[in-house]
Amino acid sequence: MSEPRTLLAIDHVSKNFGRVTAVDGISLDIRENEFFALLGPSGCGKTTLLRMLAGFETPSDGRILLDGKDIARTPPNKRPVNLMFQSYALFPHMSVRANVSYGLEMERLPAKEIRSRVDAILATTELVPFADRKPEQLSGGQKQRVALARALVKRPRLLLLDEPLAALDKKLRGAMQLELKRLQHEVGITFVIVTHDQEESLVMADRMAVLKDGRLLQCDTPHAVYEHPADRFVADFIGVMNFIPGKASADGVVAVNGALVAGKVPAALSSGAGAVASVRPERIRLFPSVETANRTTGAVEALAYHGLDLQLHVRTPLSPKPFLVRVTADAADRRPVSSGDQVELGWDAADVRIFAE
Amino acid sequence: MAPALVWLTALMVVPCALVLALAFFRRGIYGGIDYTFTLENFGLVFDPLYAGIFLESARIAGTATLIAVVIGYAAAYAISAAPRRWQPVFLFFAVLPFWSNYLIRTYAWIVLLNREGLITQLLRWLGYTGEPPSMLYTEGAVIAGLVYNYLPFVILACYAPLSRLNPELAEASRDLGASAATTFRRVILPLTVPGIAAGAVFVFVLSIGNFVTPALLGGGRFQMIGNLVYDQFLTANDWPFGAALAMALIAIMLLVLMAQALAADRAAGRAAQAGGGTDG
Repeated sequence: MSEPRTLLAIDHVSKNFGRVTAVDGISLDIRENEFFALLGPSGCGKTTLLRMLAGFETPSDGRILLDGKDIARTPPNKRPVNLMFQSYALFPHMSVRANVSYGLEMERLPAKEIRSRVDAILATTELVPFADRKPEQLSGGQKQRVALARALVKRPRLLLLDEPLAALDKKLRGAMQLELKRLQHEVGITFVIVTHDQEESLVMADRMAVLKDGRLLQCDTPHAVYEHPADRFVADFIGVMNFIPGKASADGVVAVNGALVAGKVPAALSSGAGAVASVRPERIRLFPSVETANRTTGAVEALAYHGLDLQLHVRTPLSPKPFLVRVTADAADRRPVSSGDQVELGWDAADVRIFAE
Repeated sequence: MAPALVWLTALMVVPCALVLALAFFRRGIYGGIDYTFTLENFGLVFDPLYAGIFLESARIAGTATLIAVVIGYAAAYAISAAPRRWQPVFLFFAVLPFWSNYLIRTYAWIVLLNREGLITQLLRWLGYTGEPPSMLYTEGAVIAGLVYNYLPFVILACYAPLSRLNPELAEASRDLGASAATTFRRVILPLTVPGIAAGAVFVFVLSIGNFVTPALLGGGRFQMIGNLVYDQFLTANDWPFGAALAMALIAIMLLVLMAQALAADRAAGRAAQAGGGTDG
């Protein structure tokens, strides 16, 4: 497979508002036909970055190259980029059809072509029965589809989506995650989604960038970010992680109780330095039947039943915080545990990630 | 509720009923009222001479309304585009003249527009040596006076919908390829029409019945219905005809207000209907 083509290159882009630096020297490549997620806590600069891609903000520094051409100073109505707003920003005085046609009318296309393209996108987004309704007559999910249709009908090189699922309830959100992914595949347009929901980016994105305080922490596939987080913040922000604080040694981290948590120590970490070992809840085995490099015992403090799995809080001598352990329903049935039970936990050295404290 | 009703009856319904009743009687020979029933007064309202004054008043009020709406909308737009914390300050200054007396404000215009007034002095200071321009006692002076006095209403009426407008709507329009001008024409203007309509009706209704401004700034040469009613009561001593004219004026105002209420109601009805139909 050949190397995928870069569609958009964000090149050392910074944005200052007065003395506040919202985006601090971010460089990113977004590839053709990719579903890309910008992820971070609120205030991390992801929305400012998105607004710079759409043309509503001008970078204080750096370049934004679309197909190799710098568009950093091109006004929003002159770039082949469309934004789906978090509030959807549907025109309340226009019908669904008029909302969707608006962008094509601005391109002064022949009425016949506008009609056929709008009909096609309304069919794709399953909005045909609602074409003559006003936005206020639509449910949240329908409004979201209109906003999407209105942006997609322009056939942009790049579609930006600002927290597209934030306004929907949880069940609908799950369905729309897959729907968005299907649509992106169908229309063959590069999607850049901004979200604060790590689960959303794990599910939808081909690649994701994790931002914090205006800086890029990590940019990789969801799998790589989840399994090999770049630092402690990313490890904590993405998914759930058990942290064991201690001191670095040659073979791992020496926990507060003196026990060694075996794992690969990063080269930059010198022996004796403050370090933290971490392991995902699903990598911890309850009553391990095979030999594992790391082993501890503890008392079950709390149980949470989630249908698919059982989550245990286990108090161990390794760390001040209880361990979170996920046990599949199968395993839980084979060997039931209840609150107060003493349990054995084990995990492999390969599943341990060690960061500087 | 009850005190308001008493107040409204005593100060509004009863006087109006009295004036209405007056319109159905004859004028006495030496002024005063001859209490015999007649419809003549209403017939006279449609006499070309008086109907012409109605039309003329409507034209002057309409011109003042148009100018006030253009200036007021622009001012409201500028205020709504200012930083949030400055908006109340600008609004306060826009409405400030309104807290002084209407007569004083109108006299101030005489000081400005006078043959040797401030504007003439300013022109002289700039090097103008010819005849002072005649500005006072012109139709322009009357319109300027009306626009000035009712402008705050238009600013407030237009500011309300402008400040409530989601700024992302304009951004969405730009994002979809519209220029700033097209965005204004197709998104911002249509969504703020209710404010414009409310402000316009206000200016028109208050202007068409106004008699102080035409009397002071028009010098009595530009008679509007208000002046005509005033003259009938206080100069010609024809109270019944004055009453008929006043009733005709009130009827015009009510028609304009009702048309606006109807339009606003239909807009609200559409919204309510929409609110009920969110499923499906």
